[in-house]
Amino acid sequence: MASTQVEVTSNTVPALSAVNDFVIKFANVNGSGSASANELFAKSILRMGVPVSPRNIFPSNIQGLPTWYEVRVNERGWLGRRGGVDFMVAMNPQTWDADLKEIEPGGYLLYDSTKPLPRSKFRDDIQVIGVPLTQLCSEHYSVARERQLFKNIMYIGALSALLEVDPAVIETLLAEQYRGKEKLLDANKQAFHLGRRYVTEHLAHPLGLRVRRADNVGERIFVDGNTAAALGCVYGGATVCAWYPITPSSSLAEAFQKYCMKYRVDAATGANKFAIVQAEDEIASIGMVVGAGWNGARAFTTTSGPGISLMNEFIGLAYFAEIPITIIDVQRGGPSTGMPTRTQQSDVLACAYASHGDTKHVLLLPEDPAECFTFSAAALDLADRLQTPVFVLTDLDIGMNQRLCAPLSWDDARAYDRGKVMSAEELEAGKDFGRYKDVDGDGIPYRTYPGTHPTKGAYFTRGTSRDPYARYSERGPDYIYNMERLLHKFDTARALVPQPLLRNAPRATRFGAIYYGSTSPAMDEAIALLEAEGLLLDTLRVRAYPFPDSVREFIAAHEAVYVVEQNRDAQLRSLLVNEFGIDPARVPAVLHYDGTPITARYIARAVSERLRTASAAQDARLGAPS
Amino acid sequence: MTFVAKPKLHHPTLPQNALCYTRRDYEGKISTLCAGCGHDSISAAIIQACWELNVEPHRLAKLSGIGCSSKTPDYFLGQSHGFNTVHGRMPSVLTGANLANRELIYLGVSGDGDSASIGIGQFVHAIRRGVNMTYIVENNGVYGLTKGQFSATADAGSTSKRGVVNADSPIDLIGLALQLGATYVARSFSGDKAQLVPLIKGALAHRGAAFLDVISPCVAFNNHAGSTKSYEYVRAHNDAVNRLDVIPPRDEIAVDYAAGETIEVEQHDGSRLRLHKLDADYDPRDRIAAMNYIQQHQARGEVVTGLLFVDAQAQDLHTHLNTVATPFNQLEAADLSPGASALARINAGFR
Repeated sequence: MASTQVEVTSNTVPALSAVNDFVIKFANVNGSGSASANELFAKSILRMGVPVSPRNIFPSNIQGLPTWYEVRVNERGWLGRRGGVDFMVAMNPQTWDADLKEIEPGGYLLYDSTKPLPRSKFRDDIQVIGVPLTQLCSEHYSVARERQLFKNIMYIGALSALLEVDPAVIETLLAEQYRGKEKLLDANKQAFHLGRRYVTEHLAHPLGLRVRRADNVGERIFVDGNTAAALGCVYGGATVCAWYPITPSSSLAEAFQKYCMKYRVDAATGANKFAIVQAEDEIASIGMVVGAGWNGARAFTTTSGPGISLMNEFIGLAYFAEIPITIIDVQRGGPSTGMPTRTQQSDVLACAYASHGDTKHVLLLPEDPAECFTFSAAALDLADRLQTPVFVLTDLDIGMNQRLCAPLSWDDARAYDRGKVMSAEELEAGKDFGRYKDVDGDGIPYRTYPGTHPTKGAYFTRGTSRDPYARYSERGPDYIYNMERLLHKFDTARALVPQPLLRNAPRATRFGAIYYGSTSPAMDEAIALLEAEGLLLDTLRVRAYPFPDSVREFIAAHEAVYVVEQNRDAQLRSLLVNEFGIDPARVPAVLHYDGTPITARYIARAVSERLRTASAAQDARLGAPS
Repeated sequence: MTFVAKPKLHHPTLPQNALCYTRRDYEGKISTLCAGCGHDSISAAIIQACWELNVEPHRLAKLSGIGCSSKTPDYFLGQSHGFNTVHGRMPSVLTGANLANRELIYLGVSGDGDSASIGIGQFVHAIRRGVNMTYIVENNGVYGLTKGQFSATADAGSTSKRGVVNADSPIDLIGLALQLGATYVARSFSGDKAQLVPLIKGALAHRGAAFLDVISPCVAFNNHAGSTKSYEYVRAHNDAVNRLDVIPPRDEIAVDYAAGETIEVEQHDGSRLRLHKLDADYDPRDRIAAMNYIQQHQARGEVVTGLLFVDAQAQDLHTHLNTVATPFNQLEAADLSPGASALARINAGFR
């Protein structure tokens, strides 16, 4: 044992001390098997009743490049990225220097002390904890792969002693994970205890940072948005999924496959009540979805920015020919290939106005996995109801990270809204069928499924302009009728999409903020931070486009409304300005787009600086008249 | 654009098929293509084939891409739903439509520009997936609708109407379809209705990816000397390997042909494809031999036509995906939602 290892410990800054409130980051090499060990760590804290929010920060690569897993432990339940790192598990020599720099003064560093490092490689304002992981592994395992893999579970063991994570909880989780694989279970347990024992025998423990049992998780579940969205598609009745692999959306299609295999196989025949096609590209994916939607099946595709670019022509066709399709866009950093494994909200405009000509599309903007589930199922209904493309815009932060959220719920009495489909009986009874005719005054026409009636209801679907009876026409009045009706239909959508959620400050304020999607947890916390400073904001979380009038009213009711989003060009703000004709000066942008999830600190600082420099800052203070 | 309405009255003596439909019931709007266009002959052949096969018009879905050929679905089967999609992307839309309702017959109509140029990727992948469809390429070697540019099937050395020589190698869709696993492959000529109609019937009755390459001269831009897609050239170089009769299920075999003169293949629906050999050596059940034969004869400048390959044991995409018999578009929440109690268990797994 390397008990002779000299520990470098800080003597300039007192060690950080906190219970159930810290950020721990694991710096690993990708492909080294660290992901499941790190997830185990996060889950063990959750099982102790303490909310956590982990985030994978990974490269577009399979093996050998740096990858990080950042876990925020927060008893109050703030799930956004906090910023800063209190405890670094530095397992990657490639990123050592940068990783060390990230540690907050007084923070902690855990490293593999098998090979002594010169004192110059450390900082003197942090606590350094050396555990000879490689040496321990070499002593106990002979297979090279095992030596690598068990190093991960070993540092989890060390952490359990250092941070007082209940070892029984971890053992239970291991038992769940390796049910039926007893040999693996024993080996993992052994590694866990090797790490734990090393700390208990050689090092001062526990540290100032600790985990203590709490009861703040409740009924909530811990799931990633892609899995939840896939479940939404299963529950929402999608039968056709056509997709093309692209980060960060691939796991959504794969989860759809997994759950369909489990829940959509006919018990009697063993046949599948679903079809999943991995297409040759995104163009074919969306084409299949268009074909299936035209023919009356619920169909969706899942993709990311580059896929949206490729799908544009078909999106225009589906808009103009009025075909229900659902597109789940798990946004990543753009433009072009951009940052494939980083998060952004930068497809808002590309989706809202996708394709050439005058188009407008319905966007749903979920904040977390629970809404990924609800909105994906809702999108399938809305697409059928509105006969148009419906986008669910999530992002990598929600899609690929497990997030604590409300349990998924489904009402068994719920029937699918198939929209206005004319039946053979109605046709037989002589009901007038004009495929592109506004009969009900809501802009939504009736459609027929192919094969409905021998002599009535057939029509020729096309991307060219047509009259209300689907007859080819380039007459100006026919074209205008159709385009105005599409606009009217879009107006109808305003009341059908998820409505924005308003949260008023404890007292009246002249300032507000609009945000959406994965910004939620950071925003919730930022509001609390600002309130602690005496700065009040009313907030409106926009959950869909087209925006209902309440969004315009919210902006009108405030002197300035900060629009917080994760892209460079303030895309949602542009949409607000454009749709409502708002004076841009009234909606200042707060933008975060470096590819990492926006933080509460970032929002609070940005808003606070502006409020303080603004002459109106005084009025925004708690207690000031508004 | 269609300005002339077709008369709706049928002559009382028009022959009816088993469904009591006349050929007129399989027609569509009046064609807006040029007089003499090969595509109109193909539309007529489709009408004839569907009538003879007793296809219920509304149980067939016709899909196309963009171009002269892709306009034609408006000119036949007026009681069928049609979908004029985007350029080169008919195959994916047809694939999705087919997944949504496996009970309809799917007819894809495309052109050489639509399938061999912009849409070659989709053509390739729909074929290799074994989508149950009849995929007809109305092949004239040019872009007609944009006035005569070469397409990717134009033979190297052939000349355009303006005298430009095409230097690029042609894409042979038949060769591709065979290599990609199409299970019914035929080539025909719009000017030979007797050959074309049974080939379309056999394709419609086939369960799997049926591909028909129909040389269809463009009278406006590719029917001149120097073209290898003109009426004259194709008539002079047509090398028909067989003649097909499609015998509906349950029909008795009336005549016995001498062994060696015919090949008979029974398809999934019970229909039989009886092939009268015109070339004694040609066996359309042997994919590799067919590819060899076609390549050799094409190298000599011949246009090999007939039923070039058929796999009677073909499987389609639904078989590969093991989908239920009920069309997806008829499944409701009770069939598709796993229910709240299953969701409660799923939630428990996320804790």
